[in-house]
Amino acid sequence: MDYLFTEEQKMIQDLCMQIAKEKIKPVAAHYDETGEFAWDIIKVLAESDICGIYIPEEYGGMGGGILELAIATEALSWGCGGISLGFAATGLGTFPIILFGNEEQKNKYLPDIASGKKLAAFALTEAEAGSDAGGIKTTARKEGDHYILNGTKQWITNGGEAEIYSVVAMTNKDKGPRGASAFIVEKGTPGLFFGKKENKMGIRSSSTREVIFTDCKIPKENLLGKEGLGFIVAMKTFDNSRPGVAAQALGIAQRALDEAVAYTHERRQFGQAISSFQGVQFMLADMATSIEASRGLIYSAARMIDSGAKNIAKVSAMCKLYASDVAMRVTTDAVQLFGGYGYMKEYPVEKLMRDAKITQIYEGTNQIQRGVIASALIKEGLA
Amino acid sequence: MNIIVLIKQVPETTDVKIDPVTNTLKREGVQSIINPFDVYAIEEGIRLRERAGAGKVTVITMGPPQALEALREAVSMGCDDAILLSDRKFAGSDTWATSYTLSKAIKKLGKFDVIICGKQASDGDTAQVGPGVSTHLDIPQVTYVKKIEEITIEKARVERMTEEGYDIMETPLPALFTVVKEINVPRLPSLKGKMRAKKIEIPVWTAESLECDGKKIGLDGSPTRVMKVFTPAPREGGEMLSGEPEEVAKKLVGLLRDAVLG
Amino acid sequence: MSGKEPIQVILEKCVGCTLCVKVCPFAAITMSGKKAAIDLNKCTLCGACREACKFTAIVIEKKEEKKNDLSVYRDVWVFAEQKQGVIQSISFELLGKGRELADKLGVNLSAVLLGDGTEKAARDLVERGADKVYVVDSPKLGAYLDDPYTKILTALVNKYKPEVVLCGATVIGRSLISRVAVLTNAGLTADCTGLDIDQKERLLLQTRPAFGGNIMATIITPNTRPQMATVRHKVMTEAVAVPARKGEIIKETFSDDMYLSRTKLIDMVREIEETVNLAEANIIVSGGRGLGAKENFDMIRELALTLNAAVGASRSAVDADWIPYSHQVGQTGKTVCPKLYIACGISGQIQHLIGMKSSEIIVAINKDPEAPIFKVATYGIVGDVFKIVPKLTQYFKETLHKS
Repeated sequence: MDYLFTEEQKMIQDLCMQIAKEKIKPVAAHYDETGEFAWDIIKVLAESDICGIYIPEEYGGMGGGILELAIATEALSWGCGGISLGFAATGLGTFPIILFGNEEQKNKYLPDIASGKKLAAFALTEAEAGSDAGGIKTTARKEGDHYILNGTKQWITNGGEAEIYSVVAMTNKDKGPRGASAFIVEKGTPGLFFGKKENKMGIRSSSTREVIFTDCKIPKENLLGKEGLGFIVAMKTFDNSRPGVAAQALGIAQRALDEAVAYTHERRQFGQAISSFQGVQFMLADMATSIEASRGLIYSAARMIDSGAKNIAKVSAMCKLYASDVAMRVTTDAVQLFGGYGYMKEYPVEKLMRDAKITQIYEGTNQIQRGVIASALIKEGLA
Repeated sequence: MNIIVLIKQVPETTDVKIDPVTNTLKREGVQSIINPFDVYAIEEGIRLRERAGAGKVTVITMGPPQALEALREAVSMGCDDAILLSDRKFAGSDTWATSYTLSKAIKKLGKFDVIICGKQASDGDTAQVGPGVSTHLDIPQVTYVKKIEEITIEKARVERMTEEGYDIMETPLPALFTVVKEINVPRLPSLKGKMRAKKIEIPVWTAESLECDGKKIGLDGSPTRVMKVFTPAPREGGEMLSGEPEEVAKKLVGLLRDAVLG
Repeated sequence: MSGKEPIQVILEKCVGCTLCVKVCPFAAITMSGKKAAIDLNKCTLCGACREACKFTAIVIEKKEEKKNDLSVYRDVWVFAEQKQGVIQSISFELLGKGRELADKLGVNLSAVLLGDGTEKAARDLVERGADKVYVVDSPKLGAYLDDPYTKILTALVNKYKPEVVLCGATVIGRSLISRVAVLTNAGLTADCTGLDIDQKERLLLQTRPAFGGNIMATIITPNTRPQMATVRHKVMTEAVAVPARKGEIIKETFSDDMYLSRTKLIDMVREIEETVNLAEANIIVSGGRGLGAKENFDMIRELALTLNAAVGASRSAVDADWIPYSHQVGQTGKTVCPKLYIACGISGQIQHLIGMKSSEIIVAINKDPEAPIFKVATYGIVGDVFKIVPKLTQYFKETLHKS
């Protein structure tokens, strides 16, 4: 389908697809196996000017928006949903600075992210604060010109690899959600530690770690926005980043379809290619249709956000929900179409299925997304 | 450092298949690409410029107007300038005429320190144009370069791949190098490079603007002629051996006995 | 179309059969109003369409040049490539073919030898069939250098005017002869796999693969001499040595400046892993992605050692760092043509096939029955390389031991 991309958007798509095919695809199985972080690919992204596509031009980026980010994430995730996360999760960690950072903070941090010199991460989740972000235990205590952070963040994507962390911590426990604030913490700050790398089912090359603060002292200039804005920062960040997760799911799903089409054309049973069987054809047709629907929704949501629309929570949740469910279904079907081979690690589709699962879980489970959508619907109904 | 990279646009040979029915080349979907070896030349040119910290990389190709695409791709990787040599009078050039034409363009361009080419083109596989250009220009050459160890504005020390290993060669500059795959890992284009490539004005030089001797270009300037082109008989399908590993291994050793002992 | 175009379709003769469209390797012909139309931007005047056309509707205009006097050019020359004073086997192969060409032309077969301490080598060349050997002996010619070799060979060609010059399609040969051809205005055809003589026209018919072997072209040099060609390893049969065969050895010397070289050879490094030169090997055992790991190449090496073979590899094995690039066979590696090529765990991507499919016997061992390598294999085995290769090594050892 023609989504009427601008010339620049087409270039981003072409280039990211080229990177996915030539650089990521050949190493994806290796990184999946070892669980190592793919720094060599991050270097390629940096050299190709991809790291800064969603960062404003005045801070060294290409000045694109959510759509550009989605286009790139989709293509890179076609190559590997785990490796692409090093890029996409940096976006998640960077949005708080783009959206709420002051001029000084933006000048200090964005150019290095745009050039690919540094990665970023977003640290919100804790052991007892997953879907219920109100349960955050990490505290930030103000002491003179500094804040002192204490607590443990869990499952932080890019943890340990990123240089720049956007962290949500409680500045006033009594105020509940209104007592949370967002901060920038740089790697190397005394009192900032990283836990062991998690051994995951999928997206295995992405780094997922605990981020631990033990009397971690940061200058008060690192506060994002104002005290008490922490949850607003988190929610606005997610509103902007969910199309990115959706795009990751979309890329994984598209790859599964491409693999399935190629394989069913090649694989012969009963003297003919299995793609000549109607049962197989119907599966392929359903996979393709749901992928295209997911793509349309993501691009539309991204365009809506880029146009400056206000109430984006619902549509942003919808594309994350839909695309990730599609990815799970399509990758499962792809494994089915590959038959026994699909279950083997020598073939690429079982990895796609493992990688797809996380997209239904993180950045708000799909149950939470449904909640977001429903509450928006009810609110609209009452208005 | 001023670097000239010579490239050729070739069909993506992986797509060239023989139609089993008509026994002719199937061309559907055959795309044009930069000759794979020339991509290493482009990368090495850009690296030399980066190493020197100054200068520029000019990429030149001779070919039909479509070859502009190859030049734009080279610019998107980081080449500074591009020039297309295109003229119907160039049609039918063999390696003699091609290297003459390229050398005329290089002379017109003026000052340069290094010329880099891929070791050969994937369609013709001649490996003759690089040495031909250095001869027309009367400059030293090193072919099959796998590493540029040291380079200054006066001279370079390079490694030339041989059948047994490699030779370490020293050459004064300007010189021409043809490079092999081992020399580097080419970068992909950058987004800024792609945008630049989209906009860049690429001059087209003709036989006239190069002040070519009409007897030395195109078909007239080419001592060789293609007499006929044909498709080789496809290799006959062989024999499949089956059985347990011991069994097939024994069978095969029996079948190969003569070849191995001979 | 104006009469000036070098290739034309005679519209009255063209019946619109589209045969020419199909054979054009450059996609330069389309049908326009049921007649063939040639896009000159794509056309290389290769003549495939003219050959294919059953109605002689395509003409390629040949300007009838004033024929140069070609009769002063006589003899078939072979450039004798030596390394450390030892003649390379490719040169003996060229003498084998050169003999046949010289006989058809009714001329002498000569060798040209540049080196340092060349006496034995010159005698070897005579024994292998050279009627004359032109020798230039100097300490400055011990190792190959572009400048002096080019100048001297050019001077010899200009002085003695050979009709045909053959040279190995080797690193040295290709670098040297390309330069000499430019300086002597000679036609040069690379990488020939077939050479023959048109006795009437005294033309060297040079057949070579193009497009990675998907098409073959026969090339001639009609109006100039010498006719120069490079030839791949192992394509021609080595001339047999006849001990005490007689031949003339002609020593040439040149002024000092002819020996000067702008490039300097600082060192020659031999890469130890290469036990047998891939290009010269009679047998090659190659490994690919199917080997799974670097250490599994040991199995390949053992079989190679048993067979006195060279070790080759597919691109994916090289890219995985299992073995150095110098072992890579294929489009971006080496083109080889041994008597026996054993492909172990190589699927046979087209890029690999291009580099080895002209081998005389191809054995493919791969677990995937659909692997393209089987399409070119003389003997194919669908199975586990890890089980089959060690067995092969064992049985070959036994067989070779017995004989």
